[in-house]
Amino acid sequence: MAVESWEGAAVSRHRGDDLQPALPSPVCIGLSRVVPEIKMFYRRPEQLALTFSMPAVICLLLGSIFTAKLPGTQTSTGAVIAASMLAYGILSTSFVNLGIGIAADRETGALRRLHGTPATASSYFIGKIMLVAVASLAEAVILLLVGVLVFRLHLPTNAFGWFTLTWVFILGIISCSLLGIFVSNLVSNALSAAVITNGPAVGLQFLSGTYVPLMVLPTWMLIVGSIFPVKWMAQGFRSVLLPPQMVVFEPAGQWEHGRTFLVLATWSIVGLLACLSVFRWSDKR
Amino acid sequence: MTSAISVRGMSKSYGRRQAVRELDLDVGYGEIFAILGPNGAGKSTTIEILEGHRKRDAGQVSVLGEDPGTAGRSWRARIGIVLQESSDFGMLTVLETARMFAKCYGKARAPADLLELVGLASSSGSRVRTLSGGQRRRLDVALGIVATPELLFLDEPTTGFDPEARRQFWDLIRVLADDGTTILLTTHYLEEAAALADRVAVIAGGRVAAVDSPARLTAHTSSAATVRWMEGDEQREEQTDHPTELIRQRSMDGTELAQLTVTRPTLEDAYLRLTGQA
Repeated sequence: MAVESWEGAAVSRHRGDDLQPALPSPVCIGLSRVVPEIKMFYRRPEQLALTFSMPAVICLLLGSIFTAKLPGTQTSTGAVIAASMLAYGILSTSFVNLGIGIAADRETGALRRLHGTPATASSYFIGKIMLVAVASLAEAVILLLVGVLVFRLHLPTNAFGWFTLTWVFILGIISCSLLGIFVSNLVSNALSAAVITNGPAVGLQFLSGTYVPLMVLPTWMLIVGSIFPVKWMAQGFRSVLLPPQMVVFEPAGQWEHGRTFLVLATWSIVGLLACLSVFRWSDKR
Repeated sequence: MTSAISVRGMSKSYGRRQAVRELDLDVGYGEIFAILGPNGAGKSTTIEILEGHRKRDAGQVSVLGEDPGTAGRSWRARIGIVLQESSDFGMLTVLETARMFAKCYGKARAPADLLELVGLASSSGSRVRTLSGGQRRRLDVALGIVATPELLFLDEPTTGFDPEARRQFWDLIRVLADDGTTILLTTHYLEEAAALADRVAVIAGGRVAAVDSPARLTAHTSSAATVRWMEGDEQREEQTDHPTELIRQRSMDGTELAQLTVTRPTLEDAYLRLTGQA
């Protein structure tokens, strides 16, 4: 019988692994991906330049246009914009970066290849989140340097100020990253992802007080902007980078730390649930 | 002895189009098994279901003793997958990519040894996006075998290769098979299936049309030889199971049979017949 002839020859050749070595944990695999992710990020000069220079250049341009001091203060509108621009910086290193990056990984087959290994979705996201953390930190340093050197922003001088800056920064990264991951699942390629992330990102800047101070916005814009995280991140950053008396120029007349926390935390939870329900390894069914 | 891969009644549809219909398949441990078929025959759908990359609609599937639809991380550590095409990790170097994937497993080949094995040692410092098509495919194989899998899937591994690169690639596959790796590959190149595979499944219209060794497949479908020669200006051709006898009779009176050839049916003839193209 034909079947026996091939089985006989083949079995003698088979190498079975009786002893399976212990697999590294998903977290370990995730951490091993951090350096490669960062390398893949900084080896694309055009992407690097766009991510890091756009917010800084826009900040310098707008700041140079709005030089007049606000009534009764020593602070210019440019400084208000510079403090708020940190929110745009984070949005581009988290939301835009992840939205495009993950869509690209799905398009090129990187995600599918990874799915064929013992790596898990959490391994993949650990690599991505750490990339976002490093890129966002670098972005924050650049924008703070511009803000302090050009627009005379003051870094926080007490622990409470640094504490506020830190949690706004971290919650901002988390909520915007999750939204970026969510958006990457709505599109089938990196080009669409670039459109669907950058479009809303730029639009939100006008509604969130990063391109134009909130006090000149019509009420409906203020309301729409208040739904999204950017407005609250920007408000949080202004609360620690501007002199305390600037609070009178806020629409609510106060810094609203509690509400900022609630909005960013809600977006983080909603974003996480949304990502868990839509994440897919590839476009194949 | 159970099979490395066992498939019974597997079906898969995309909308109204049925890509795979009640397919049965058995691949023994240690075999090089080729799934051969024209484009759209259901080759890739089949291999992707076996890899755990696609859900099937119906049927029993067992790969290394587990159902790929539900198998977990430890199962994925025992298989290696070379996808049909990919353009990922272009910005990393070959060595960095190999290192990154080695970290996904408990036990992996040393990246330098791995690149030596697939013939990429001299390119280890090159960015992946600068590699040629053949080098890129070698890297794909390297990433598939980084943890010395028991079973390796190769989805159309040599599409777009020149003949030289294809032959070199086959040598690599043979080395892996001699090392004891069970190999399942899809291809639409007949000579690839004939050169590499212990057994070939010819797939047409989502079904297995025939499974056997390349030699038997050819013999079963048609064993008759074709004898051709020239008589004056006329080309003569005869099908026979006994070509020697035919030639002896024709040349008994001392006639020289001009431009005499005897050809046996090739795998291609068998394939064309099985897939209904002949």
